[in-house]
Amino acid sequence: MTEPGKAAPAAPGRAMPLADPRFRSIFFQTVLIVTVLAAGYVAVINADANLRAQRIATGLGFLDHPAGFGINQTLIAYSEADSYGRVFVVGLLNTLLVSVIGIVLATIVGFVVGIARLSSNWLIARAAGAYVEVMRNLPLLFQILFWYLAVLGTLPSPRQSLSIADSIFISNRGIIVPSFAFGDGAEIVLAALMLGIGATAALGMLSRHRRRATGRPLTLWWAAVLLLVGLPLAVLAATDFPIGIERPVLRGFNFVGGVRMLPEFAALLIALVTYTGAFIAEIVRAGILSVHRSQTEAAYALGLTRGLALRLIVVPQALRLIVPPLTSQYLNLTKNSSLAVAIGYPDLFAVFAGTTLNQTGQAIEIIAITMAIYLLLSLTTSALMNWYNARMRLAER
Amino acid sequence: MVNPNLDPRGYQPGGVPSRERRFRVTTWARANLFNSWLNAVLTLATLWLIWTVCWPLLKFLLIDAVWDGASRVDCLADRVGRDVGACWPFIGAKLPQLLYGFYPINEQWRVNLTAALGLGLLVPLLMPSLPYKTANAILFFGVYPVVGFVLLVGGMLGLEHVETRLWGGLLVTLVIAVTGIVGSLPLGILLALGRRSEMPAVRGVSIIFIEFWRGVPLITVLFFATYMLPLFLPAGWAINPLLRVMIGVMLFAAAYMAEVVRGGLQAIPRAQYEAAQALGLGYWRMMGLVILPQALKLVIPGIVNNFIGLFKDTTLVLIVAIFDLLGQLRAAFSDPNWAAPTTVATGFAFAGIIYFCFCFGMSRYALWMERRLNPADR
Amino acid sequence: MKRVTLVVALAAMSTFVAGSVTAQTLKTVRDRGALTCGVSQGLPGFSTPDDRGNWTGFDVDFCRAIAAAIFNDPAKVKFSPLSAKDRFTALQTSEIDVLSRNSTWTMLRDTQLGLNFAAVNYYDGQGFMVRKSLKVNSALELNGASICTQTGTTTELNVADYFRANKMKYEVIAFSTADETLKAYDAARCDAFTTDVSQLYAMRLKLAKPDEQMILPEIISKEPLGPVVRQGDDQWFDVVKWTFFAMINAEELGVTSKTVDEALKSTKPDVRRLAGTEGNFGEQIGLTKDWAMRIIRHVGNYGESFERNIGSGSKLNIDRGLNKLWSKGGIQYAPPIR
Repeated sequence: MTEPGKAAPAAPGRAMPLADPRFRSIFFQTVLIVTVLAAGYVAVINADANLRAQRIATGLGFLDHPAGFGINQTLIAYSEADSYGRVFVVGLLNTLLVSVIGIVLATIVGFVVGIARLSSNWLIARAAGAYVEVMRNLPLLFQILFWYLAVLGTLPSPRQSLSIADSIFISNRGIIVPSFAFGDGAEIVLAALMLGIGATAALGMLSRHRRRATGRPLTLWWAAVLLLVGLPLAVLAATDFPIGIERPVLRGFNFVGGVRMLPEFAALLIALVTYTGAFIAEIVRAGILSVHRSQTEAAYALGLTRGLALRLIVVPQALRLIVPPLTSQYLNLTKNSSLAVAIGYPDLFAVFAGTTLNQTGQAIEIIAITMAIYLLLSLTTSALMNWYNARMRLAER
Repeated sequence: MVNPNLDPRGYQPGGVPSRERRFRVTTWARANLFNSWLNAVLTLATLWLIWTVCWPLLKFLLIDAVWDGASRVDCLADRVGRDVGACWPFIGAKLPQLLYGFYPINEQWRVNLTAALGLGLLVPLLMPSLPYKTANAILFFGVYPVVGFVLLVGGMLGLEHVETRLWGGLLVTLVIAVTGIVGSLPLGILLALGRRSEMPAVRGVSIIFIEFWRGVPLITVLFFATYMLPLFLPAGWAINPLLRVMIGVMLFAAAYMAEVVRGGLQAIPRAQYEAAQALGLGYWRMMGLVILPQALKLVIPGIVNNFIGLFKDTTLVLIVAIFDLLGQLRAAFSDPNWAAPTTVATGFAFAGIIYFCFCFGMSRYALWMERRLNPADR
Repeated sequence: MKRVTLVVALAAMSTFVAGSVTAQTLKTVRDRGALTCGVSQGLPGFSTPDDRGNWTGFDVDFCRAIAAAIFNDPAKVKFSPLSAKDRFTALQTSEIDVLSRNSTWTMLRDTQLGLNFAAVNYYDGQGFMVRKSLKVNSALELNGASICTQTGTTTELNVADYFRANKMKYEVIAFSTADETLKAYDAARCDAFTTDVSQLYAMRLKLAKPDEQMILPEIISKEPLGPVVRQGDDQWFDVVKWTFFAMINAEELGVTSKTVDEALKSTKPDVRRLAGTEGNFGEQIGLTKDWAMRIIRHVGNYGESFERNIGSGSKLNIDRGLNKLWSKGGIQYAPPIR
């Protein structure tokens, strides 16, 4: 940064141009802009000279070149013959996968622990407090490595894996659970399931509408069970069971079939969830404490139970305070997922800023793209946040 | 679930255990732990949870631990003839590397002296009751970095030059953290002032700078510093790898610091600005003499919390091959002389205790300052 | 974002004009009083520091040979331990003068990274290490296996090619340093560990139980390893290249670190040219007349360095194989000094 302060205390009264505030303002701004532009220009000139001298290829053409390396977790089809561009997409999807699951679980952990910290049960409140302190005061990377090396790394090999009912296997290759195998006509069953979910949701809305109108909701648990479980099961039977369950089987070195959660994924997820969960717990606690005590007392006076008072009175009011810092925690979690590179989980950073950078050597392009992606995520979230804040303020007043 | 009347501090048992006191403890337990069936179940479940976490931990760290030994065989269960917990001789053997990296043994006193000096200046600075704050702050933020640099790097005043590639362990962790905080605070204040400036160009540049660094993960910043920054410099300019990383961490921390300081600036009432202007103070004197002293005092807890984050973030440098405490620990794991089943867990226990002590200590300090600054809250 | 636009603008400038930068590396090294040499972060036999930070190994010897040729003192080297990821960047940014870190010579690295490979000082190939308990005797039995490898290396690409060519399935787990990769293999996260065979021998010594591992017979790639310098400094390129050739020529002519004094008195023309007692070949590349003898006296010839660090005189006990001299059935060959 420039230091406009050096010349600031201009002696009053003297007829120097710097004494005129308007002129001074324009002067400093010009100096600043010129400095920034000059620094940028020098950087570009240097980079150009360095790239030429080192004969480093430039441009985004590398995105079309075949990558040639394997990735062990891909949400879309990927083979070694695919391009670096596809590697980018695979990495981005892996980042989003761990972030989305992490956000959901961290929210649950955070709310449970945050409410537990305020529990009337002394022991639970203290245990939750201890959890928060331990998690917040250990570096995240430390926790990721701890889970990966000290916990998951000590699990047995696939041949000695721990098994639950011969269908879930836990080993140092990850956690393998049975998966669905789809045959002919599976889409009909899935459609039935969707229909059931849609119909249940519609019923729920109807019920809420009825409650608002008459004060008495519909009793609809039996309808929900019928729609969600009965309908798909009936269709399943009618179409001769096109959806089966595929159990993992140990064949050769590894399990075949089923769905596998990589130990790298598991370590990253556990660490992200427990770490971010502690921060969310503090946010939730502060949010709930901010709701005035009289609100709770009033709710009790109306005859609401503790649970209902919390759900209907306290939480909705607390949410207004909770949501903004909560979003920034979500953003932190997403950004922190880039620490995957330390344990070899193939997220955006590991496969793109790590492997692709190494194989192509095009540091400027790759780091710029990676930064731009994270920046885009941040700015989008901030924009959504501002929109949400504006909306909440309108609803309030 | 929420008990608004709960104030746990009121129930601390202690003092002389009279009969009446014991009676109170049981009533307290009944009232707070077993007041309903649900609560009783939850209490028991929590007790069980605490037991399953704490007992193995205690067993591992102390009861089953091995305290003496020269190599991995002393930590193997079949050689010792019992369950083996933490393998402390591993830490003993690796302690010099974990603390100093490969800093020459004969020169390690310089590291210790630097640390002692830092502590000697920092502690009085953090205690509000002690006088000479300004002098103390100038010593810590102005003189100490120079003295520390000379002591650690050497090459002058008869001190042998010690290259930074020999540095490692806790030394690197602390060097990055301290330079990060010392550098990011002034830069953060400037950025915060810039963001609230009335000059559009200054404000624009500050906002772009702040939002850019806050929007990207630290690891990309470190990669930027390591792989991209050298390309932007004139040919033949090689920046020391540790310095590169320190610059990256500092810029990153400055953006967060700026937001903390901005919070403080916003909390200062307009009247203060107007009063300062009415006294005829210029911008810098108004900020330096009136606004900033108040604003910074308000955000001390935020600054300390920021520093905790920075301290934790220093671990990321291991990804760009700088060996901080965690990096040295990880390197120590690959020593075949100490490849025993429990060495990894031992290493994590050791590093975990160090990190926890530092961070927990700082967070308590922040909390204490917060209470001091807002006595009305209590 | 300003910075991003700037970078994108940069990226758009696709320029492939050859740089005519006359970087005076030799002069820089002389002025500094020491050579900065990029080595691995610890690979037994090739480059490892002991507890006091003294580096030894085959790759380290080569750094010392260059220092000996320039300063007549093999100790005037600063070693910069680099991971596979950082090594080329460190060289590109002039952080090191030469990279001696078992790096494979490939066309892409030679032509697109702004680097020059000076020579091949070790002909290697990629192989697999497995635990003996797996009862696998051939790499072709690895179908479905999990393979640990280091990211940013050619091995990562080779293993992909090998499994694809043989229509086998595999799972790759890539780590950023060799130690992390080995640690994962040791924790049985993967069934096989793949890298250059020389490194497999070296890494095996870093495991708690080296005897329980075996190296499979298949060699799945060509890995010519050698020292690397920046493009655009021909003088420095020559110094590095001919340091290596001097070591080979010395072995061929039977000059060892113990027979240096005899060589200086030799009457054989070949030996005299190597010893600098005839002609001024060293001065032509900016060194002294006795440059080769300095190398041999302080470090030894190629064979000596090989045997001492990785061959029969070491724990690794690697057979010289392809790295025998051309006259002894191998392919190590150096242009003559004349």
